[in-house]
Parts: sequence; C-alpha cells; structure tokens
Amino acid sequence: MREPTPLSDNRGDASKAPQLAADGDGASQGNIPRRNRLGKIWRSVFLASTVIGIIALTLLMFNITNGSLGYMAVEYEIEPESLVVDGVPVENLPSEALVKILEDNLTRNRFRTLDRQTPMQERTQAELVSLVYDNVIEPKVLMTWPLIDSLLREDEIRQEVSREYPKAELFFKVWFTQDLWTSPQSSNPLLAGVRTAILGSLWIIFITILFALPVGTGAAIYLEEYAHDTWINRTIQTNINNLAGVPSIIYGMLGLAVFVRAMSVITSGALFNIPDATPDNGRTILSAGLTLALLILPVVIINAQEALRAVPNSLREASYGLGATKWQTIWAHVLPNSLAGIMTGAILSISRAFGETAPLVVIGASTYITFDPQNIFSKFTALPIQIYQWTARPQAEFHNLAAAAILVLLILQLSINAIAIILRNRYSRRLV
Amino acid sequence: MSIAPVQTILNPELQSNGTLAIEARDLNLFYGNFRAVKDVNLSIERQKITAIIGPSGCGKSTMLRSFNRMNELVPSARTEGEVLFHGQNIYAPQVDPVAVRRYIGMVFQKPNPFPKSIYENIAWGAKINGFKGSKAGMDNLVEESLRGAALWDEVHDKLQDSGLSLSGGQQQRLCIARTIAIKPDIILMDEPCSALDPIATLKIEDLMRELSKFYTIIIVTHNMQQAARVSDYTAFFTMDPDRAGYLMEFGETDTIFTNPREKVTEDYITGRFG
Repeated sequence: MREPTPLSDNRGDASKAPQLAADGDGASQGNIPRRNRLGKIWRSVFLASTVIGIIALTLLMFNITNGSLGYMAVEYEIEPESLVVDGVPVENLPSEALVKILEDNLTRNRFRTLDRQTPMQERTQAELVSLVYDNVIEPKVLMTWPLIDSLLREDEIRQEVSREYPKAELFFKVWFTQDLWTSPQSSNPLLAGVRTAILGSLWIIFITILFALPVGTGAAIYLEEYAHDTWINRTIQTNINNLAGVPSIIYGMLGLAVFVRAMSVITSGALFNIPDATPDNGRTILSAGLTLALLILPVVIINAQEALRAVPNSLREASYGLGATKWQTIWAHVLPNSLAGIMTGAILSISRAFGETAPLVVIGASTYITFDPQNIFSKFTALPIQIYQWTARPQAEFHNLAAAAILVLLILQLSINAIAIILRNRYSRRLV
Repeated sequence: MSIAPVQTILNPELQSNGTLAIEARDLNLFYGNFRAVKDVNLSIERQKITAIIGPSGCGKSTMLRSFNRMNELVPSARTEGEVLFHGQNIYAPQVDPVAVRRYIGMVFQKPNPFPKSIYENIAWGAKINGFKGSKAGMDNLVEESLRGAALWDEVHDKLQDSGLSLSGGQQQRLCIARTIAIKPDIILMDEPCSALDPIATLKIEDLMRELSKFYTIIIVTHNMQQAARVSDYTAFFTMDPDRAGYLMEFGETDTIFTNPREKVTEDYITGRFG
C-alpha cells in the first residue's frame, strides 16, 4: 500500500499527484478494488435472498395450480346421457321431468322418504338436479391426476383408465369453478363448494376488525400519548410486546375458556333470545371473531404505536403552541398523520387473522356445515378450516378441492388487502 | 382563569402603558436532577424585541420555553420560581397551560407548518380557540394574518395549496402568520432563522421589526449580528462550572454590544469563546 503523502508535498509536483485512474498497478489504487469487491459480494447475497423468496412463491403457486386442474376418472351408476330427454341434458330439464326421473329410478320407499323430508313440488329445479345427481346418477370419482401428469402422461392415463376401470369416463376437470364459490359443503367432491366457509370467514373477520381496530388504536394512543414513563406502564408495554409472539393456538385455548365457555350465555346469543341458541354452546362466529381479535390485538397496538411515534414532535409542539389541548392535538394532527401507518399494520394483521386456522380448531369450528351463517350467533366454518379438513381426507379428489379452495382463500385475502389499501390511500393524509 | 385583555393587530395602543410584558422571578428549571437554568430574574419590556444569546447548552431555549410552559411537554421537566404575565404567575396551580399558550405563541427553529392547506394552517388555531365568525370573517382573518406576516402577496392565489409546498422562508412566515392569527400577547421565537438562507432571514428580521409595533417578541438566536440588528434588549446567558445556565448580563442591545459590563460578555460577542 502507498504511504499517505501530506497534501502540501504534492503542490506543484505532478509526479506526486494522487493516482486516480487504474494503471495496471494495483498498489497505487489503495484498497478501493477490495472494497468494491466486498460490496459486490454483498450485493449478490441480497440478490440471492430475493431469488430464494421468488422461487418459494413460484413453487407455492405451481403446487396449488397443479392440484386444482387435471384429469379425473368418474364412474356413474346410471350414465347421464341415458337421462337426456329430447336432447336436453339433465341440468336444464324442467322440474316435472326431474321428478319423473327420480320416480322411475328410485325405490318407492326412498322416493317417499325424500318427498316426506321436503315435498318434491316445493324443491327448486337446482335442488332437484342435485337430488338426481346424488341418488340416480351417483357419480363416483375413482381417480384424479394432477395437472403436470395430465399434460405429460395423457396416453398412459387413458390406457390405465381403460384397463383398470373399463366403465369409467375420463374428464379434464377444473376444480376451481364458479360452482366452487357458490355451492355449500357436500360429501360428494363433485358438488362440494366453499360458500359456507367464505361466508363464515367474512363474518368472523368483520367481528375481528370491529373489535381489534378501535381497541388496538385506542390502546396505542393511550400508551404513546398519555401514559407516563412509570414502572407499571413499562410492564404493560413489555407484556404487549411479548403477547405479540405467543403462538396462535394459545389464543385458541384462551378463546375456548373465555368466550366459548365462560361467556357462553352472551356468545351463544341465548341472552338476546336468538332462536335455536343453546346457552352452553358458545361455538359461534362471535367467539371466533373475538378470539382472532385478541390474537391480532398486540400486533395492532405495536404497529399503531410505531405509526404514532413516527409523527414528528414538531407537529405536536406547533399545535400546543397555538393553545390546543392534548385531545385537539391528537385528533387534528397526530391521528390524521399516522392513519396510513396504523392502517398498514391493521391490514397485515387482518390478513393474518383471515388465514388463521389453529385457534378456530381449538374453539371448535364446525368441520361439516351446509347452511349459511345467519348472524353472529350462528355456528360456522371458515375457509382455512375447510381446507384443512379437505386435505386431511384420504380421498385424492378432496385434495384437488383443497387446492382450489386455497386459490379462493388467496383471492379473497388479496381482495381484502386491496380494498383496505385503496381506502387507506384515499382517506389518509401524508406529510407532503 | 382570567387573563387581562389581549390586544389585536388593530389596536396597538392597548399595549403602550409602559409596563412589563412578562417577568421571570428566581426561576430555576430542571430536567430530572439536572439544573438547566439557575436563579434567573428577567423582565421583558412590552412591544420590544428581546434577544437571548449565549453559548450552546446554556439553557437559552429552555428559558424561552418556560415562558409559555412548553417545557412541560418534556416529562422530566420541573420548574421552580415564578413567571409573571400581567401580574399572574403562569405556574400557579389553577392556571391551565393551554390558556397560557393561547396568549403566548411560539415560532420554532425548524419551520413546522401543518400538513394542511395554507388557509387551514391559519384557520385551525382560530377555530380551536373558539372563533365564532362567518366564512367571510375567517377569510378576513386569514388575509389579515398573512398580510401581517408579509406573506399575502406571495400566496394569495394558492391558499388551498399545502403549507409544505412553500419554501423554507415562506413556511416560517406562515408559522408566524399562524401564530398572530390567534392574536397572542407575546411571540416566542426559538432560533427562527437558523434553518433559512440570508435572504429569507432578512425578510423575517424585517417582519419582526414590523411585528414589534404590536407584539412583544422574545427571540433566541445564535447569530450575534442578528441579535444586534433586530433586538432592543439583549440577555446574555452563560454556564457556571456545573453546567447550569444563568443570566450573565441583561441590558439594552446597544450597551451590551458596545460597552458590556462583564468581561465574559465581551469575550462572547467578539467571538473569543462560544
């Protein structure tokens, strides 16, 4: 390395001028090339981290897509083609024709039982179609193949099906369909949908937002703007920080003990004379929403505190200097200028709550439920619960359904985020 | 509490009865156990500009902020002694600091307009202090305040623009306009020009001279020339060995700068220390 020369020695002496350009002699460059190399190495490390993240995301999307499309071998008790009347397929037949099919193909007893449950005349055409499917056509999924196999091994699949299941038909099935969104839960994978679960999830998240957002922001305002630096407030702050790291299943147990059991009179709706409420069963949307609200509350508080802390003190001073009270300062300056930050934290927390499964399992979400939730005291299931339940089944076709339901979950989550971000950008002021 | 009537921009004669605007008596200011300002007795003349000068860390800003109880925003701050405003101790238990700040306004070191429109910047202070006028009344107040701060000609056609879209010097004048809009008695200025270029500084100094016809101004400055140019009285603060600031010398600016009583003052203003 070159000895550093005092600047005064260089004056008027060109030969001793500092060497700026590379001249092949590394020594004259000092350690600049080494420092640059180090910088490049770190750059590649950071790039690699980004690439790893992108690869993980791509694999996830690939996995889901792979499961939600593909060939499916189905065997029918009675071929749907044999039921076609004047070229009209079963789905479009009028009610009378459908009732006739049922009468013709079912035993008298079975038909009478169904009629007694709900008279045939009172059933809608869609209900009759599904009745025909369930009882007459009785499609049975024998096997499904993922998308990659379906594309690359099409011939092998066809041969396998004709060899093993000569009576079966082979379809290219798209599991992610409109029917998936609108059909309720069913034990038949061809008819099952996630509508009940979507509604359950939306109801729950509504309760969660309603509770966690005001309470969390309020607590943050108190801790940041009002609380003095005392022993007790520091303890509260430490506990909130620790609670943010507690596993979600613990919150499930808390919810079970407090909302489902101890407060069951309220959470079951018995106190409010809700029909069908059983006072000792608090496994309702209200309990689930409150449990998830408790789960995200610490994170909402911490995020809101960060946002409040980011409001420059000069703004508060300006306000106090004009004779504003503390509340006027908070309301007119601190809150509007921290709203964007508070909302960002809330959006992230709500996304997390939307995909939370463990606490809902603990507080007892119903796994099989076919009717839509009516109010906050309804029994419920939620999308992640539904997905979990489907993946736990042995039949492969339910795994395809689960993959499609994950797509639904992702789409819903992205839409909720998008709406929240649009609202945030629209109603919050920035420091510009 | 009742505080004596406050003059407006329009009736300056209300002030000229020759008494003091504000007076510190045996004032001691603490942060926790640290004494920042020690045993200060200082009388501020009405409708004059009083400059507080002194080396860094001698408690100039702390002293200034004690005049409108702004110190209390620091949780560990503590005050002993009295600050008399129209004969009342503003630190008396029954006095609400909010009322004090409404009569003793403040302009800060860094321009800090609200992230609102220029119009709202001025209107807000009046609104929270119970402005009961019409829309036209508010328009008048905004114009009057902006004219008072020599900013009207530059912003009259863009009152709905953000206050933060202005240049640094304009922002500082907007802060002054915002302060005079609530018609205070005294304006405290904490190094108002330290973030501004010389031209903007000159404008603020001219404005201060103009405002001193109606208001009492107390300014903290690091710039000796500024103190000499703009102020009528100068208070020189310095530190004792345990770092507590105290008032070394107080008098008319001309005297302080040409014929100081103390050797330390002379050393400081001639640039030999500080």
